Amino acid sequence: MARLSPENRTRAEAIVACYPKRRSALIPLCHLAQAQDGFLTEEAMEDIAGLLGCTPAEVRGTASFYDMLHTEPVGRHVVAVCTNIACMLAGAYEVLDQAEASLGISVGQTTADGEFTLEEAECLAGCDHAPCVQVNSRFFGPVDPDGFDALAEDLRSGRLSETVPAHGTLSRVERSVGLPAREARSRGEAGRQPGPTEAPGTVAE
Amino acid sequence: MITTPPRIVTSRVGLPDSFTLERYLATGGYEGLRKALSMSPADVAAEVNKASLLGRGGAGFPAGRKWSMLRKAATTYLVVNGDESEPATFKDHMLIESDPHQIIEGTAIAAYATGVEQAFIYCRGEFALGFERLQQACNEAYAYGALGADVLGSGYALDIVIHPGAGAYICGEETALLESLEGKRGFPRIKPPYFPAAVGLYGEPTVVNNVETVSSLPWIVMHGGDAFAALGEGSSTGTRLFALSGRVERPGWFEIEMSKTTFRDLIYDPSLGGGIAGGKQLRAFIPGGVSSPWFGPEQLDLALNQEAVGQAGSMLGSGSVVVMDSDTCVVRAAWRIARFFNRESCGQCTPCREGSGWIEKIMHRLENGLGREEDIALVLDACDNISPGLTWPPKQTTVCVFGPSIPPSIVSVVKMFPDELLVHVKEGGCPFPADAVRRG
Repeated sequence: MARLSPENRTRAEAIVACYPKRRSALIPLCHLAQAQDGFLTEEAMEDIAGLLGCTPAEVRGTASFYDMLHTEPVGRHVVAVCTNIACMLAGAYEVLDQAEASLGISVGQTTADGEFTLEEAECLAGCDHAPCVQVNSRFFGPVDPDGFDALAEDLRSGRLSETVPAHGTLSRVERSVGLPAREARSRGEAGRQPGPTEAPGTVAE
Repeated sequence: MITTPPRIVTSRVGLPDSFTLERYLATGGYEGLRKALSMSPADVAAEVNKASLLGRGGAGFPAGRKWSMLRKAATTYLVVNGDESEPATFKDHMLIESDPHQIIEGTAIAAYATGVEQAFIYCRGEFALGFERLQQACNEAYAYGALGADVLGSGYALDIVIHPGAGAYICGEETALLESLEGKRGFPRIKPPYFPAAVGLYGEPTVVNNVETVSSLPWIVMHGGDAFAALGEGSSTGTRLFALSGRVERPGWFEIEMSKTTFRDLIYDPSLGGGIAGGKQLRAFIPGGVSSPWFGPEQLDLALNQEAVGQAGSMLGSGSVVVMDSDTCVVRAAWRIARFFNRESCGQCTPCREGSGWIEKIMHRLENGLGREEDIALVLDACDNISPGLTWPPKQTTVCVFGPSIPPSIVSVVKMFPDELLVHVKEGGCPFPADAVRRG
């Protein structure tokens, strides 16, 4: 498992071509690898490093900064209950208590059958539907404790598979068009001296 | 006073197909860009200057001035900030999902006015549906001719890349956002240089504008900067989206004429917030995101005006208002905000990284009845180490404004509800039964 597939490699190269510098494609390629495997495998991070011209450690070092990028396996459904201020005022901790009780796991854990990973989220910008819950980055809300059980049941039975794709799938719409990016003018890098208009600090404040 | 201004950024919101190209074109879509392309870039920028459009991201910096800083150097990139993550702020999320073409059109107008041929829209990673809709809109805009090598037959070339984030609050800070867009950890950059207009993406001059800011541009170009500036008062012109949440009857976003409407109107009017949920009493409210000092009932009659709110000791910030009622434990609310800052601190600067942890732990033990009387002075001391003097606007000991955003909620509780902290200590727990002991 877990090298980027030939199709995903082609997709990855198309994504890299959108950016003036290859490294900018790091996060989009991590999403691509997560869509393939559900999380970031060692092999995928090596492939991404190769495509970007950086080291696997740099890929991991960057990915580990971001909450959505997982370097360990997670469940098919990553369930994130927002408990930030607006959701808390609407009863989010009661929803989280219910989630732990009915899934039989604590925040940060995955159920034994690999169906669910439970997370406590910071504000998801769904405060007009508080308390809000995300499953694989798709929104549900308002969700009360009973509603949570119904949601978990719908997910388990596959009734929501149209709305909620497999974990890691950020977008089901791909970029179909566009101009290839022009190489960035790389100030200070070998082979090119900055021109007069590019000198740093010419427009301070 | 509640006025009925034109819906500048939300005219299509609510239509079931508001995000499609067909609906967009049927409702005047891309006419603003067409008109802009018939003008010189300088004239487009002049219209926006006339509008006095203040940036809608949170800092409230005039959009026109941001652009004009660039003219002294060759502008290279435009980046639209759609990484909305400020707690209780959900306006950009709504705009991204409901009207992605308006964001594409506004981005194209801003790019044309600043002479940029490469733009990026940075979409918060958690907005998966929003990302899909933006990407779809971008694909459609190319097919329609509004993007690409020859924008609407004008000879102007523009490419827009929809770029996903991956979950990190700090990436809303514009220099952290640029680092993230360069494929790095979202660490804010050391200032000076203060503005990406001098040194931005890949070290090149860059404009960073918020999603709501660019969404206003098609209307401003079509109707003129003067029409926008005629709405509102003083420096707070036009309409603005306010996100209302917490213990109100009708939480939601509202597009409101700036400066005319008051917090009381926003929270209580039946057409807006509809009053406190369950007919309870208002205890306190957060006027502009969790980085802002709180207000109480005595500030309800302040107008939604950037200067007025600033003079009263807080800020309109990101335009999110959170209502706390008579059943809300303010200690718990302040603890949860401290916990958020502790979890999202990027960790570069010691006062913020360590201070946020101290503050969160002290507030947690106070809320759960394990606090001591001297904890109140201790938590203020920790706040003072991050932002000396605990002034407003706050002083700074860190690379970015995240650090100084931590103390305001704590200071608000100490100032507004000193007795309630003591009750938690003396009674050995939270006096609000529903709040019981909470996890940390």
